[in-house]
Amino acid sequence: MVSIRSISSTPSSLTYHDLPWIVAHREDRCTLCGRCTSVCPTEAIYLAYRRQRMPKLDILQKKRGSEYRTFVGIRQRTDLDHRCIGCGMCSMVCPNEAIGPQVNPNDERARFHSYQKGDAWKRGGRRNDRASLLDQISFNRISMLTDPALDAGRHEFHMNTLLGRVLPPEEYIRRQAKGEWIPPVREIFPFIIGSMSFGALSPNMWLGLLQGVAYCNEVLGIPVVMCTGEGGCPPWVLKSPFLKYIVLQIASGYFGWDEIIRAIPEMQCDPAAIEIKYGQGAKPGDGGLLMWFKVSKLIARLRGVPEGVDLPSPPVHQTLYSIEESVMKMIQTMSMAWNFRVPVYPKISGSTSAKSVLNNLVRNPYASALLIDGIDGGTGAAYNISMDATGHPIASNVRDCYLDLVAQGKQNEIPIFAAGGIGKNGNPVQNGMALIMLGASGVHMGKYIMQSAAGCLGSEKNRCNVCNLGICPKGITSQNPKLYRRLDPDQVAQRVVDVFLGLRTEIKKVMAPLGRSQSLPIGMSDALGISDKDVADRLQIKYIC
Amino acid sequence: MCRLAMKTASVPFSPFSVISAMEAMKEGYDGSGLGLLLRGVSFADYKYQTGDPILSGIAHTDAALHRLNAFMEAKGYTLKYDHEFNVQPSLIEATDRHKYLVRVYRLPESFKELSQRQIDERLMLTRLALRADGEKHGGDLTAFSFWPNVAMIKEVGWPLEIGQALGLDDHRITSRVCMAQGRQNTNYGINLYACHPFFIQGIGTMTNGENTAFVPIREYLTGMHYPGYIGYQSDSEVFAHILHYVTRRLELPLQAYKHVITPLKTDELANHPQGAFLKGLRDVCRRMIIDGPNCVMGSLPDETTIMVMDTKKMRPATIGGKPGEWALASEICGVDAMIPERDKSLDFQPMRENTVIVPPSRQEYTIWSQFDQFPLPQAA
Ligand code: SF4
Ligand code: SF4
Repeated sequence: MVSIRSISSTPSSLTYHDLPWIVAHREDRCTLCGRCTSVCPTEAIYLAYRRQRMPKLDILQKKRGSEYRTFVGIRQRTDLDHRCIGCGMCSMVCPNEAIGPQVNPNDERARFHSYQKGDAWKRGGRRNDRASLLDQISFNRISMLTDPALDAGRHEFHMNTLLGRVLPPEEYIRRQAKGEWIPPVREIFPFIIGSMSFGALSPNMWLGLLQGVAYCNEVLGIPVVMCTGEGGCPPWVLKSPFLKYIVLQIASGYFGWDEIIRAIPEMQCDPAAIEIKYGQGAKPGDGGLLMWFKVSKLIARLRGVPEGVDLPSPPVHQTLYSIEESVMKMIQTMSMAWNFRVPVYPKISGSTSAKSVLNNLVRNPYASALLIDGIDGGTGAAYNISMDATGHPIASNVRDCYLDLVAQGKQNEIPIFAAGGIGKNGNPVQNGMALIMLGASGVHMGKYIMQSAAGCLGSEKNRCNVCNLGICPKGITSQNPKLYRRLDPDQVAQRVVDVFLGLRTEIKKVMAPLGRSQSLPIGMSDALGISDKDVADRLQIKYIC
Repeated sequence: MCRLAMKTASVPFSPFSVISAMEAMKEGYDGSGLGLLLRGVSFADYKYQTGDPILSGIAHTDAALHRLNAFMEAKGYTLKYDHEFNVQPSLIEATDRHKYLVRVYRLPESFKELSQRQIDERLMLTRLALRADGEKHGGDLTAFSFWPNVAMIKEVGWPLEIGQALGLDDHRITSRVCMAQGRQNTNYGINLYACHPFFIQGIGTMTNGENTAFVPIREYLTGMHYPGYIGYQSDSEVFAHILHYVTRRLELPLQAYKHVITPLKTDELANHPQGAFLKGLRDVCRRMIIDGPNCVMGSLPDETTIMVMDTKKMRPATIGGKPGEWALASEICGVDAMIPERDKSLDFQPMRENTVIVPPSRQEYTIWSQFDQFPLPQAA
């Protein structure tokens, strides 16, 4: 049967009331400067001619009528590719506060149309879930029994952590006496800039982060390290003295490793560590994904691929038979590449099976740490279903793993690092210190750093999150020079420094009342409380009310 | 804040002199208990033979005493001397103190074939078995120590009164080292095992302060699954076990203790003659870093005594005395009470990097700084 064409309504037709964000435009303030339409990353808005009826009542003639005027107004597109993402760039550039996105309080019908052209919806960013268990944990064991309490502003605090395989004391002393190999250990700041690839991030963002990290280390004495993510590292960084602040990631696509291996003879120093990515909290079971929009000339060269093609990494490391075998062989190979001077550790996605990976590492004398990335982790690109519903929350995962090590007396040997949702609502120290007291040796943060240091617009209310498309309105996750030149690396570096100074102060403000200053309170679970009995029992911390 | 007093002298003295020092330091403290460790013990009524293990504890009931006797007999220990305290029960708050035990045993014949280390292990396991037996029977048997040359007494109440209640003023029991701690009532009435000094295989320590890193340290020590690393009714018990671990299991010199519990910072270690070794030591022993403030006093089987200060202890303890006898106390008036006649200009208050060591010769004390060369040949 032929459908009626006069009503233009296809199954996927949407109106702006069906979209997650509705653009509110005030015509009375608009001067038609056009800045909003030119800045909008999705081209969600456009100038259009509109007709307005001007009711007219002529009293003498007792006649009613209308006049019409034509004006230029702003209209919102309603197809999914051009939906408003709520980034707010339009309001940021508008000189007259005439425009801005508003959350649609109605049902979002748009969700039902996310399967398009035979594919499922992908996005970048975050999980879009404001709930955070870590935000509910507070620090309750206030030390006041003895000598004067600590003063966060005056005392000296030791808050660095160790990244690397730590021997049992007996074995250390034996090896020292015999002059045998002692595994490399790095002393680092416990808040780490998590893996974000050169490719996912724009060159300016990367440069800004690196400058900030270098300043923290060399001027402020805060030993911050950052991880490259998959996709290698610019050659000038590999051969620079800054490499020691960098954790090089190797993932299943092995992108960028040609460059890295070739640069080894010319390296001035060793990298901070090597991270082998097996999984990512935001999309367990999926490999990395750099969508074609972002494979620029530079990225193509770094990764050794043609320009403008999708770069999906396989979900698993190829050629290897099992994760045990893979972990063993890769850790050994990577250790050997730097002559056993660099810590090598795997990163896995949070999972109920994390403990078996951990126990495997315990038996591997070269394994340096374990990084577990929880379900709240972010990503440059992933399927919605992976981000929203696949993975394991970080808190109980870290706690279980830590207690497993405690039972074996191995908690000092393999440091556990936690990631995934630290600072998702802007409380990085509360979240990070809670994880540390649950047993983590440190935490990795990606999204929080993008938000705090570069002004990423994303939020857990599904704002922006188009990092996958190369249209990042802030120039953070784009390879388009028109966009990334919006980001000034110096300003990012300044923000990185501000952020780490702030983190350091807040860490002291947590440690001082607990009476801790001599070492990072790893596993100090007696200090933690939560007003949810079930969670308290599960995490073996105090129930408070 | 608890009060600490320790005296070490070449000539045996009565513990009562140390208890008097506790009295001198009573201001600002609500004496709620007393713990005593006597080392280099001699008895007025018995010629003690060095090397025979002494069992210290409390049998709270007659049944417990019988079980104890049967157990020790079965293990092959022969009772050589049973010290009878002149107890005045009216001065003791608790009512379930059937018998205070300080008993000398002879080692079983079968021990002749064992190495010293094996014997040490057996003695500890015997004490732990007695403790476990008491715990199984509603806490009717408490075993503080079972070791040659060492006697221990712990009781709830005001220190001086306890001394009188147990007739310690009759000087029938004397020693060359006496450690005393007045317990603050944070643990009042909970458990005698929570009372300092803490003891394991000849090593005893006592502390005043608070150890905020207690839980992670306890988890670490427990995770070693070493039979003696149990208890932890007090956050200070870990200090004794760490000293035991460092000196007996890692076989490091006494100076290493300070490097383990309060290590130097990275930049300080960078300038240390053995910085690389010590940095590694700090990393491998990281879970034993204490977080004070604390003053730790300890004594070792060879009658060496030590005093270590946490890096952030604001109120340092004092050592003073003269060749042949030295007094260490948390308050200077405690030193005055123990050894009034001394050159006070030689008194010393250790600060953040110091360990004070009085060797068994007791001719002088040494102040060892953490920044000094560390006495370990392989680490050089
Ligand atoms: S909020 Fe962002 S996506 Fe929406 S109209 Fe404004 S600029 Fe475009
Ligand atoms: S601002 Fe850029 S990095 Fe942030 S969510 Fe939007 S696209 Fe992603």
